[in-house]
Amino acid sequence: MATVVMTSLDSKSRAFSRGLSDIKIRNLFIVPTILFLIIFNIFPLIYSLGYSFTDFRASTNAPANFVGLRNYRELLNDPFIWSNFAITAKYVIVSVAGQVIVGFGTAMLLNRDIPFKGLLTTLLLLPMMLSMAVVGLFWKLLYDPSFGIINHALGFGRFEWLSNPDMALYAVAITDIWMWSPFVMLLSLAGLSAVPKHLYEAAAIDRAGPFYTFFRITLPLVAPILMIAIIFRTMEAFKTFDLAYILTSQPTTEVISIRLYKMAFQEWQTGRSCALAYIVLIMVLAITNIYVKYLNKVKER
Amino acid sequence: MRKTVTGLLAGVGLMWACGTSAQAQELTIFWAEWDPANYLQELVNEYEAQTGVKVTVETTPWADFQTKAFTEFNAKGSAYDMVVGDSQWIGAASEAGHYVDLTDFFNKHKLNEVMAPATVKYYAEYPSNSKKYWSIPAEGDAVGWSYRKDWFEDPKEMEAFKAKYGYDLAPPKDWKQLRDIAEFFHRPDQKRYGIAIYTDNSYDGLVMGVENAIFSFGGELGDYSTYKVDGVINSEKNVKALETYRELYGFTPPGWAKSFFVENNQAITENLAAMSMNYFAFFPALVNEASNPNAKVTGFFANPAGPDGHQFAALGGQGISIVSYSDNQEEAMKFLEWFIKDETQKRWAELGGYTASAKVLESPEFQNATPYNKAFYETMFKVKDFWATPEYAELLIQMNQRIYPYVTAGQGTAKEALDALAEDWNATFKKYGRH
Repeated sequence: MATVVMTSLDSKSRAFSRGLSDIKIRNLFIVPTILFLIIFNIFPLIYSLGYSFTDFRASTNAPANFVGLRNYRELLNDPFIWSNFAITAKYVIVSVAGQVIVGFGTAMLLNRDIPFKGLLTTLLLLPMMLSMAVVGLFWKLLYDPSFGIINHALGFGRFEWLSNPDMALYAVAITDIWMWSPFVMLLSLAGLSAVPKHLYEAAAIDRAGPFYTFFRITLPLVAPILMIAIIFRTMEAFKTFDLAYILTSQPTTEVISIRLYKMAFQEWQTGRSCALAYIVLIMVLAITNIYVKYLNKVKER
Repeated sequence: MRKTVTGLLAGVGLMWACGTSAQAQELTIFWAEWDPANYLQELVNEYEAQTGVKVTVETTPWADFQTKAFTEFNAKGSAYDMVVGDSQWIGAASEAGHYVDLTDFFNKHKLNEVMAPATVKYYAEYPSNSKKYWSIPAEGDAVGWSYRKDWFEDPKEMEAFKAKYGYDLAPPKDWKQLRDIAEFFHRPDQKRYGIAIYTDNSYDGLVMGVENAIFSFGGELGDYSTYKVDGVINSEKNVKALETYRELYGFTPPGWAKSFFVENNQAITENLAAMSMNYFAFFPALVNEASNPNAKVTGFFANPAGPDGHQFAALGGQGISIVSYSDNQEEAMKFLEWFIKDETQKRWAELGGYTASAKVLESPEFQNATPYNKAFYETMFKVKDFWATPEYAELLIQMNQRIYPYVTAGQGTAKEALDALAEDWNATFKKYGRH
């Protein structure tokens, strides 16, 4: 009976029954994916690179004139842009450092035998599941000098968090730390649970103290995965927009993404903003490269 | 066969004709999300009842209004047939070809004579004095003030004020009195504050607020025909005006560094401040007892005069323009013909819209309709506006960047802020070949 069925199949079905050939897989799945990437990622990237050398303004019908490196030169000589980069750097350092300290610390606490560990971990992950806009509005209310719960809880009276130019950036960073420490915690937990128990047992036999155990066993073994968390969070913090925009929009919290947005979509300096976007891209790539090199060194150790 | 083909072609033709006609029966007007947009929707519902043409007023929050409108314009999109665009957009939108030239329409209906002069100058004409028109003045608006009559008229307060300042407590006649009254009522220990002013630096809030001081102190932003700003924007008068604005900020409620029209109305409704700056278009909420528990004790006054007696106010409001990428330009033109009729303008004012029609504005019915309409009428004859050049957005952002740190954080001096602004604006005008 089986023979009868097989012989009645046409050639296409027979090919299918043998599985798809490499060429067919390429044509069906890989080529469309590459085409999709080219159309939606690579093409705009190259197109915007072209615009970055022009004086094009999307709000006018005037043609784009080639201006060479003028946009890059002017941007790199603009003190406002450097101040935006300085604000961004400050924000990245405070925010990522805070997330690593809080996230890793929480992971260390959760890496013990404690009751309701699963529930606690899930609850701690909640902030990063919320949308940025919701978190921004939520924290705006918490920071309110008149009725915000933060001042009430800390006994700060009518302390101004968001309208105080010296405090606003830290207020945004605190919100970011609250939101993304769970991400660092999650990765750290994975790293901590992978540390072989026998190393701690050996350390205990050798009467090693907790600091020695932490710096010689825990940290070196968790470092690679912690570095991955730091890379992700640094890239994200460098590109941060929503939180700073929703919470304050102060000059002292105008990170580079906000400046880029204003230049592109409020001032409609399209060519110039494309150049700025490329400067930001190069900076993020450079920072990530340094991190990755360091990560590889950590792994080798 | 020939009959079949003819029949098919006729059918397709009929469908196409019906389709076109059905499309033209709908118009979309784009505006920001605020009360006047709701009044306009009520008004255009009457147009639909009269003509069968459905008009939808589509809105977006103020913060996104400019970005969303220009994104659609730049894409040459036909989503909106008309837009009630901000006065400072007119240069950018007309030079880029986003707005239909309404000069012939304007002249045909003699709108120069029909509409209040300031509204024609700032909402419709570009370049200045060119007699080229791109909009029909739709929503007149300017900045005015509301105040707590019950606080002002309290005999004990009146006595204490007179003892301290040597003159009667009443709505301020000049900026010095405004400052004194703000100082007098500023009592943080009682959770009462002196004044609510615009401080939001994300669009034109803070700039509009400061303009009220600058213009009334006899200053200007620059020469709009020669683009000269040096010695104008950083003049002594402007420095004094900015210093006064900074001083007033000291009498605002806590956390007032990002406040615009919503917060400034809340200052009155929530018993926070004695006086509050706001556009007249937001005052209907203050006379409505449902939205303002203090409605009965809320009074209004026009922007006070400066030290030399100059009295001006920052212009708000918008004109209505036809988007040049609209597929329904003829239908939109018919709508505008209906919109400018005297009876429509009268109805527009009755619904709460601020008509720009001189005849309606001058009528006693309009001036007595609300406690603030008279102040509005008077203000509309002494308004001044921001730059309407195509690069207005850059100028706006530069002004925010320079004056915000001084006003809200006391960083540097008013002179330093305005000198730096003059440099920024000079560089911008040079970049665009204005001089």
